[in-house]
Amino acid sequence: MNARLDDTPRDTSAADGSLLRFITCGSVDDGKSTLIGRLLYDSKSLLEDQLGTLEADSRRYGTQGDALDFALLLDGLSAEREQGITIDVAYRFFATPARRFIVADTPGHEQYTRNMVTGASTADVAVILVDARKGLLAQTRRHSTIVSLVGIRHVVLAINKLDAVDYSREVFERIDADYRVFAEKLGFASITSIPLSALRGDNMTEAPSANTPWYRGPSLLGHLETVEVTAPAAQGPLRFPVQWVNRPDADFRGFSGRVLGGGVKPGDAVRVLPSGRTSRVARVVTFDGDLDQAAYGRSVTLTLEDEIDVSRGDVIAAADAPPAVADQFEATIVWMDEAPLLPGRTYLVKLGATTVNGSLGTPKYQIEVNTLEHHAAKTLQLNDIGVCTLTLDRAVPFDAYTDNRDTGSFIVIDRMTQHTVGAGLLHFALRRSQNVHWQAVEVDKAARARLNGHKPCVVWLTGLSGSGKSTIANELERRLHALGARTYLLDGDNVRHGLNKDLGFTAADRVENIRRIGEVAKLMVDAGLVVVTAFISPFRSEREMARRLVADGEFIEVFVDTPLAIVEQRDPKGLYRKARAGELKNFTGIDSPYEAPESPEVHIETTRQSIEDAAERIVAVLRERGLIG
Amino acid sequence: MTTLTHLQRLEAESIDILREAVAEADNPVMLYSIGKDSAVMLHLARKAFFPSRPPFPLLHVDTTWKFRAMYELRDRAAREAGMTLLVHRNPEALARGINPFEHGSSLHTDLWKTQGLKQALEAHGFDIAFGGARRDEEKSRAKERVFSFRSAQQRWDPKAQRPELWRLYNARRNPGESIRVFPLSNWTELDIWQYIAQERITIVPLYFAAPRPVVARDGQWIVVDDDRMPLRDGEVPQTRTVRFRTLGCWPLTAAVESEASTLEAIVDEMLATRTSERQGRLIDRDVSGSMEKKKTEGYF
Repeated sequence: MNARLDDTPRDTSAADGSLLRFITCGSVDDGKSTLIGRLLYDSKSLLEDQLGTLEADSRRYGTQGDALDFALLLDGLSAEREQGITIDVAYRFFATPARRFIVADTPGHEQYTRNMVTGASTADVAVILVDARKGLLAQTRRHSTIVSLVGIRHVVLAINKLDAVDYSREVFERIDADYRVFAEKLGFASITSIPLSALRGDNMTEAPSANTPWYRGPSLLGHLETVEVTAPAAQGPLRFPVQWVNRPDADFRGFSGRVLGGGVKPGDAVRVLPSGRTSRVARVVTFDGDLDQAAYGRSVTLTLEDEIDVSRGDVIAAADAPPAVADQFEATIVWMDEAPLLPGRTYLVKLGATTVNGSLGTPKYQIEVNTLEHHAAKTLQLNDIGVCTLTLDRAVPFDAYTDNRDTGSFIVIDRMTQHTVGAGLLHFALRRSQNVHWQAVEVDKAARARLNGHKPCVVWLTGLSGSGKSTIANELERRLHALGARTYLLDGDNVRHGLNKDLGFTAADRVENIRRIGEVAKLMVDAGLVVVTAFISPFRSEREMARRLVADGEFIEVFVDTPLAIVEQRDPKGLYRKARAGELKNFTGIDSPYEAPESPEVHIETTRQSIEDAAERIVAVLRERGLIG
Repeated sequence: MTTLTHLQRLEAESIDILREAVAEADNPVMLYSIGKDSAVMLHLARKAFFPSRPPFPLLHVDTTWKFRAMYELRDRAAREAGMTLLVHRNPEALARGINPFEHGSSLHTDLWKTQGLKQALEAHGFDIAFGGARRDEEKSRAKERVFSFRSAQQRWDPKAQRPELWRLYNARRNPGESIRVFPLSNWTELDIWQYIAQERITIVPLYFAAPRPVVARDGQWIVVDDDRMPLRDGEVPQTRTVRFRTLGCWPLTAAVESEASTLEAIVDEMLATRTSERQGRLIDRDVSGSMEKKKTEGYF
């Protein structure tokens, strides 16, 4: 590290300047830490005692000999310093007379997509580092893809370590040209390539440096101080998600939130979503007095001219350009949890100031971030990015992410662990509400099925005692559960001991037994479950009765066909022996008839099929019938 | 369309955070430590909920070793905001007479502050607690979330933090678990001073330079705030014009020589400074990583 370029203290007053948030992408190998360290150092944002700590840490953990190891400045956690890796996003702060800066520093390793997306989600600009000796790498493409995906439109290509290639103009121009070809499909509004040596300070704060007289562009800091970034939402229509209803007394009813699209002033015609009611803004209230107008980004409290119902999560929007309201979307999902996405499982989805139940379908495809290719996928693992259908249990107002990062984004929360497990960007609605005057949806079987991501049904296993019904039923339920279906298994164990403990084994009691089981199964189907039953259910008529309790197509009769001779031979509980000895009366197959199904939906012959094959066969039938995904 | 100044953008973000946390909380509280950051946080809370009063109490976890001027401002600030002030002193520390002179800064801080804070949060069942910490203060703070999850044992696990994207804060927690929320996460010390100057926020007079009785210890000026200070052999308090950049327990917070007796002079001094405010915090000076360790144990 050579001496500071300019030893007079920088005027960091910037009280009236704006704030720029940027993300740096690259690895330690690209000189990223040196670059950030240099920006902090040159802007006098690194203070003497911090330098003192850095010197001590450099001696203890450093990899740069006696020189300062700037990576240690940025690695804030003990585990990071000890292992020499960056685990998490770190935020750094510095200021110049022109601007205040917040830097999101994210690790460059492949497995940390999660952190990069997190850092990029609040950034205005991305600085992507390239080592001049290596040119564009898979990593450069990955970082650029993620940055573009998250909606950053201004990119700086920091072509670093130019000193190591003799400040070659050709190298710089070739990397710049290669990058522009690659980035064409990423849709950036601007790409600014800067030839740098962060280590030696070339073009960091002044440009051109003596080593790059051919360079005509700005220095890195000069560019960051002047780059104009305007969020598309700032020029769009009013979006004001209500965070908190402000009611200090009976006379005042205001709606507190932040202007996250356009601007707002008294007299503006507004529409409240999802109700669709319209009114006009009466006042823009703040602690410092009412405002004539509130610009994009301000946190204020609005009052309306009319007494209309507005609650947390509603969006107050421009009356002539309201957001759409929908409950099913196509979205890009970034998965952020060790446990993979379970298609069909109910998660919590937080969108704006609203948290609702929702589920994600099986990915339509997964995006390979190095090549932008689409792959088929059944789920998404940690750091995977894919496109899925998002289904919510109520309709919400939204914008496409490309129009508005705040009203077009959501997070996915696991209902058990409460962890944030995914992040999503909305593309468009797949099923819009019929009109914006949204009514509370009737919660019915169809609504529950939509939330569950599959249709309900009864899988009714019938067969002789010892034929293998329970074993197959257990295996079937295990498989259905793994596929994300909501299931329940009714068998002798959980029915005979409770609901039906007053019943014996006479023919009348057998009929009543099946009637009750049929009714319970019907309720569970109404609740949206895939109900698996495993009972001998010897009489055709009772099975027919159970079938009629549910809708057409919801009853799947499975005949577990094992010949009497075989079950008598197996006799797992010794029941056939007792029945033959006359110790058990009314035993099916011995002294009570078994009426085999005439045309079951599935016929399993256990003498030819294994348990696994049988379960798989039933799953296949459920799939064919469109009951599960 | 107008672009916000950086102070306007920071203010809007902090207000957004305060409102979001209150909307998601069952029983929120604001940790109020009387310093400049607490003063700014309280001011932002008054703005966030206006014309309502901030819908939560203030909690001061007292050590009995704060400067007298701090206790005076504390009671006044709560009164002016129309908010309830809760004061908690760890009964064990009180009974044992824990003090920084005899017991050392580490035990003093653990019992009075870390354990005291945990006791108070648990006793009242607070599920969301606001704190005035900033990411620029210390390296482990730079990696902490705005909504920072605490286990039922009130521990922080830096390696299992929830991803925090856009402005979608996850405040979900199971019973017994809690969230500490830091509305000033993205502010720097300079922003704090510029904002105090812009908003004319009342702060403890100790931040302004004045002649005060001091002794020099380990190369730092310690102000003698009351007669509990045991003087070492040959130590005689002398009068110097000093001020504080940061305020904590008086025996553990060093003053700096300064002539800055107005907010404008303090901002000018900040612009020229070459040391960080943590320099004056004796408890943070042991080893690198000490803040991370204290934080995992439940310290703010």
